Amino acid sequence: MNLIYLVPLFPLLGFLINGLFRKSLSKSLIGIIGSGAILASFIVSIILFNDVRTNGSMIVSYFNLLDIEAFKIPFAFQIDQLSVIFLLIITGIGFLIHVYSTAYMNDETNEHFGRYFSYLNLFVFSMLLLVMGANYVIMFIGWEGVGLCSYLLIGFWFKNNTYNYAAKKAFVMNRIGDLGFLLAVFWILAKLGTVNYGEVFASTVKFSASDITGITLLLFVGACGKSAQIPLYTWLPDAMAGPTPVSALIHAATMVTAGIYMIARSNVLYTMAPFTQTVVAIIGLATALFAATIALKQNDIKKVLAYSTVSQLGYMFLGLGAGAYTGAVFHVMTHAFFKALLFLGAGSVIHAMHHEQDIRNMGGLKKHLPITHISFLLACLAISGVPPFSGFFSKDEILAAAYLKNPIFYYLGAIGALMTAFYMFRLYALTFLGKFRGTEEQHHHLHESPSAMTIPLIVLAILSVVGGFIGIPEIFAPDAHMLEKFLHPIFAQSDSIKELHHLDRSTEWMMMGGVSVLIIVVIIIAWRKYSRTEQFVASHGIARTLENKWYVDELYDNVIVRPVTGLGSVLKNVVEKAGIDGAVNGVGRFVHYSSRQLRLLQSGQVGNYILFMVLSIVVLFLVFWNQPQIAHFLEKIF
Amino acid sequence: MPIQYYIGLAATLFCIGITGVLIRRNAIIIFMCIELMLNAVNLLLVAFSKMHYATAFIRNANTTAGSDAQLFVFFIMVVAAAEVSVGLAIIVMMYRNTHSVDVNYLNRLKN
Repeated sequence: MNLIYLVPLFPLLGFLINGLFRKSLSKSLIGIIGSGAILASFIVSIILFNDVRTNGSMIVSYFNLLDIEAFKIPFAFQIDQLSVIFLLIITGIGFLIHVYSTAYMNDETNEHFGRYFSYLNLFVFSMLLLVMGANYVIMFIGWEGVGLCSYLLIGFWFKNNTYNYAAKKAFVMNRIGDLGFLLAVFWILAKLGTVNYGEVFASTVKFSASDITGITLLLFVGACGKSAQIPLYTWLPDAMAGPTPVSALIHAATMVTAGIYMIARSNVLYTMAPFTQTVVAIIGLATALFAATIALKQNDIKKVLAYSTVSQLGYMFLGLGAGAYTGAVFHVMTHAFFKALLFLGAGSVIHAMHHEQDIRNMGGLKKHLPITHISFLLACLAISGVPPFSGFFSKDEILAAAYLKNPIFYYLGAIGALMTAFYMFRLYALTFLGKFRGTEEQHHHLHESPSAMTIPLIVLAILSVVGGFIGIPEIFAPDAHMLEKFLHPIFAQSDSIKELHHLDRSTEWMMMGGVSVLIIVVIIIAWRKYSRTEQFVASHGIARTLENKWYVDELYDNVIVRPVTGLGSVLKNVVEKAGIDGAVNGVGRFVHYSSRQLRLLQSGQVGNYILFMVLSIVVLFLVFWNQPQIAHFLEKIF
Repeated sequence: MPIQYYIGLAATLFCIGITGVLIRRNAIIIFMCIELMLNAVNLLLVAFSKMHYATAFIRNANTTAGSDAQLFVFFIMVVAAAEVSVGLAIIVMMYRNTHSVDVNYLNRLKN
């Protein structure tokens, strides 16, 4: 359908208008343009969604990016069940975040306000390009675009050097992953001569087993960078330097879901590479557990949420590795709802607390921020996986698939889920329950956020509560998993390659019930423990290690960053300054010096010149004395 | 007379000319030394001319060998005359400006 190009066009226009005219537009106009562009995309996405539901997928090609004889890379969009789901998530959540931002960023000056919204629109545009592209090259363009935008937005307050450092860190870590992605694309290109999804997945027989394993592993490296998995996850918690709605956008709607999307898109390749699948599952599970342990002891409200994102992304990769592609996409969706809600709620708290982010100085905000409190509580219930909130369904689906892959994955994943419940309710209780621990002044200024901020919270809270019902597992009601049915065409090829097993009903009931009961017990423990906390003692031992994030940042600093910067300074001081500069300057200095000496010859004394002339002639005579012609001549004369 | 004598005389004159140019500062003396060198060359040209004529005459009584060298001599004399007129004019102008014919003053042209 010819509406497709409108989806990325609106944010692009919003980016251009807000970016170019940010100084002359008023704040309200900037907000309307920025949010309106995304709303328009969202409306078109809904139309496309209905279209896909009735007519199936479609590919629209506009022009060729590259056209070299038989080798063509078209600029084409592929709208199918998978991309349309992502379109709805990106534009829908993105729109809410834009609306929220109009209030949250209102303290900024006109120019920065416009800059903020133009970046935000560009971010959404890149992400749309990423999911809409019909080949890996378009995806790569969007892939790089979100990397750039994350850099711009994390370093939005560029006068603070720590923030700039965080932005650089995000960019560099993403670049490491991008290299893997790029190599994988080249590999595919070398083997097949095409990068279009349809053609690649149709001609997988041309790949050898090692090709597929290599390609999928390299793609996974890319996904690790973008979706913050071990070992490339440390940028995401530091990305908290950006404004809070940006964190919501990065964590919920864009950026980090790119890796999940890419693997879900390449599901055929992954299903054919069981080794890679195991790697993906193990890395995902390790990340889920590792990040969850760190989140247990963080005291910054945004840091807790950041590590919970890393952990939840780990679950998604666990699902992908276990072959539960639908489950992973489902979790992306529910996670987008409740994580956006959590971040926006956190933003509302930070806004009310005048940029205080330490939860040790909060507490008792329940009375002052009623809407934020209720929505935050619902989001916590959803992310913890309490039935019947949305997180329960998606997480359960992933854990069930993990059990089929290997029961150990399941048990570890369940422990991670318990930790999730614990740290989320620790966060909730410390923030909203108990007594207020901040300063008098902060207490005086506590207020609920304006409606532009609370309405998105309410919408997201509703979605977080009911969002799970599109994927009701079979044991509750047969044939009720709407998402699975909808996405079936995407994953049909994978399903035909690998026969999916199903759990016994009794096992599934036991797992589901057991985990749910344990989660509720953990929630009650956390609630009771932290709603009464008033004194914070310095932690020690393992808790201290957790508080310092297992010292991974320090490890990276010492093992990678320091040696590289050391090498850099050696190259700069020795090779560059002494070597290359020395050679270049030396030539210059030599010419300068020798010309200064030679200049003395030109004294202006005519006598000297003649003397040199005569001497030169004499020298010439002496030199050529023995030449045959001269010798012959002299012989003749004398 | 053997040619060596002519060559010796011409070389002696030429060296006197060079030495004069190198060591004297008076522009007129330098000028005269240049003339001396030119004339040393003239002398040599005439001498060689006669020598070639003498050797060619034995084989052919009607020979014109060596006459081109004598022509050169006339050319050199003409050029030398032109040079003298220009050079003396320069020296006169130099004297008017500096009240001196010392060539070492000429390095102050820049002022």
